[in-house]
Amino acid sequence: MRISNILLMVIFPTAALAEWETNMPRGVTPTSEVAYDLHMLIFYITVVIGIVVFGAMLYSILYHRKSLGHKPAKFHESTKVEIIWTVIPFIILVGMAVPATKALIMMEDTRDSEITLKVTGYQWMWQYEYLEDNVTFFSKISDESNAARRLGSGVDVTTVDNYLRDVDHAIVLPTNTKVRILLTANDVIHAWWVPELGGKKDAIPGYVNEIWVDIKEPGTYRGQCAELCGKDHGFMPIVVHAVSKPEYYKWVGIQKTNRVAKNK
Amino acid sequence: MSTDIEKLHDDHDHGPSSGIMRWITTTNHKDIGTMYLWFSLIMFFIGGLMALVIRAELFQPGLQLVVPGFFNQMTTMHALVMIFGAVMPAFVGLANWQLPIMIGAPDMALPRLNNWSFWILPFAFTMMLSTLFMESGGPAAGWTLYPPLSLQGGDSFPFTILAIHMLGVSSILGAINVIATILNMRAPGMTLMKMPIFVWTWLITAFLLIASMPVLAGAVTMLLTDKFFGTMFFTASGGGDPVMFQHIFWFFGHPEVYILILPAFGIVSTIIPAFSRKRLFGYDSMVYATASIALLSFIVWAHHMFTVGMPLAGEIFFMFTTMLIAIPTGVKVFNWVATMWRGSMTFETPMLFAIAFIVLFTIGGFSGLMLAMVPADFQYHDTYFVVAHFHYVLVPGAVFAIMAAVYYWLPKWTGKMYNEGLGKLHFWLTTIFVNLTFFPMHFVGLAGMPRRIPDYAVQFADFNAIASVGAFGFGLSQLLFVYILFNTLKKDVTAEDKVWEGAEGLEWTLSSPPPYHSFEKAPTVD
Repeated sequence: MRISNILLMVIFPTAALAEWETNMPRGVTPTSEVAYDLHMLIFYITVVIGIVVFGAMLYSILYHRKSLGHKPAKFHESTKVEIIWTVIPFIILVGMAVPATKALIMMEDTRDSEITLKVTGYQWMWQYEYLEDNVTFFSKISDESNAARRLGSGVDVTTVDNYLRDVDHAIVLPTNTKVRILLTANDVIHAWWVPELGGKKDAIPGYVNEIWVDIKEPGTYRGQCAELCGKDHGFMPIVVHAVSKPEYYKWVGIQKTNRVAKNK
Repeated sequence: MSTDIEKLHDDHDHGPSSGIMRWITTTNHKDIGTMYLWFSLIMFFIGGLMALVIRAELFQPGLQLVVPGFFNQMTTMHALVMIFGAVMPAFVGLANWQLPIMIGAPDMALPRLNNWSFWILPFAFTMMLSTLFMESGGPAAGWTLYPPLSLQGGDSFPFTILAIHMLGVSSILGAINVIATILNMRAPGMTLMKMPIFVWTWLITAFLLIASMPVLAGAVTMLLTDKFFGTMFFTASGGGDPVMFQHIFWFFGHPEVYILILPAFGIVSTIIPAFSRKRLFGYDSMVYATASIALLSFIVWAHHMFTVGMPLAGEIFFMFTTMLIAIPTGVKVFNWVATMWRGSMTFETPMLFAIAFIVLFTIGGFSGLMLAMVPADFQYHDTYFVVAHFHYVLVPGAVFAIMAAVYYWLPKWTGKMYNEGLGKLHFWLTTIFVNLTFFPMHFVGLAGMPRRIPDYAVQFADFNAIASVGAFGFGLSQLLFVYILFNTLKKDVTAEDKVWEGAEGLEWTLSSPPPYHSFEKAPTVD
């Protein structure tokens, strides 16, 4: 392990920062958890199928060779086995479809939310509106990332904190609260995605799409636009600070005072 | 009477005319097949260079080489060139060469149409590629051309759409020709259920082409009128619907996916039995499975757009139909393994590519099954996991099958044997690098890297660096393929008529290379 790390550091200088993340995050919401569990379930099923199929193939490749003097068998059809390998996959698929459908029904149920956050995609920033609490602001990539990402900026991007995943105004959401997120766009199609909060949905001009989150753990969660939206598609990060409910309302209060102060 | 004169005329076996006019005016299926294949190879390298621009930029985080706008042109063009310029023409080229000599026909049914369907292609691609040199650059909204973004395109927009129209015309004409040839010109005794499986897969593919290409033509024409005539089909502010474009596009797009893979199934189903020295297991079920996949391809389109906010019932419907595709596809894979089972295998280059196809295509199928699960797809959608998935089914899928077919039939076409050692080297380099390129993409996709971005957060750096190294290795390995081709062509050793011990079919009854006009008298099949 260590030798391979050193080797990799020689080959790839950035390997020093290696996280080698290879899987979907389990996330911190009920929706991200069901997505993860389903993902792992299907993954293990495919691994088992793969072992059986590739195992049979490998055995055949190793032993049924002309060079070993193996003579070809004559069989070339069997309705019985065709039925078997049609029915067994069907049963496996039903076994996958049941939990997937349950999870989907749960994910699409946006009823009984306490807070509604409306998100509007623009080229290339997000607008956030807290409909109940009457807070509105735009959020775009942080100046530091934005300067570093220019062609020929001369900045070593590994020295930039949260490179491309930092914004000027982060969203604040309360934990243990069902938040409904409404998604739309003003120009082209965007998609709002924070992996640890569950799946993405498109923000489409003329449409209002819905998702919901119920964040179980306080923390900072980062994501970005996931639908090609033009030249700066890669530079539309999303940052969510999840805090306790009292802290959230404190934050709402500050936002309102700031706005009142600005308007005066 | 005049019949005598006709007879005389027929006996006069005129070979190809000489010089460039041979290629421009030819109506010979072998010449046209050859042109399709060379064209496809050139496009494979042009599209490959674009992929290398993408991978070079993504080698490290930060922008080092290109601006984001040009990066988007590269991803868009790479897809258009590889799909319409490399893979589809390669399959049509194989169809041109092989269908007549596999069914015992003297040529394609509509030879002049055949000439035309090829010669549209170079013009269409010249026009499409020329947009890269326009002031506003080439198309940059992705090959899927989603509005409203695609409507923001500059001068390249109408040129790209006209080029797509020409490609559509070429494909439809080619498909008509394939159907007319297969249905009318089979040798006496060759019933439909006795046709070589490659012929079957191409017949079904041709129907898919005829059904789906006009839908694409409609969709892009609506884009054109939206842009220039104010129709607002897809513009929300004018009462249009941007999502409707996606529905129409993918109604074409999903059958298109199978257009790119069904002939590959046919090739693998031809090569696996030949080198296992055993008949294809479950021929009938292979035909039915191919037809089922083709039919299902028309009712699964919206699985490309699970995140647009369809109603729950729609999401469930498209999830179930998509999962169903796993069944006929599974039948095919099981049949291939059963064909190998207790055979007497040897592992020449075509067989190696065919075996790698089965393994790596199945891996792509597994990730496809995962993508079908809507709740998980909300995470996978538009990430590198999807990029990994479709490259696994297209590169070690479609492209490997094409490579296998070329190695398998090249000695027949040219009458010369390629260098087996170099062929195997090419196979191993290609297989190692293809996995080095695309396997890490699963990881960065799952970890949260969206596709179509020119720059990324630093936690994705390591796997991207590996993928870029793999991509350059893959690209360079293909130069070896070109060397092998030229090396074979300049040899003077002739190949045997029946090149492979276990090969079956009418094409192996012809000489290697076959005469310019073959099967002027139809053979009889019992």
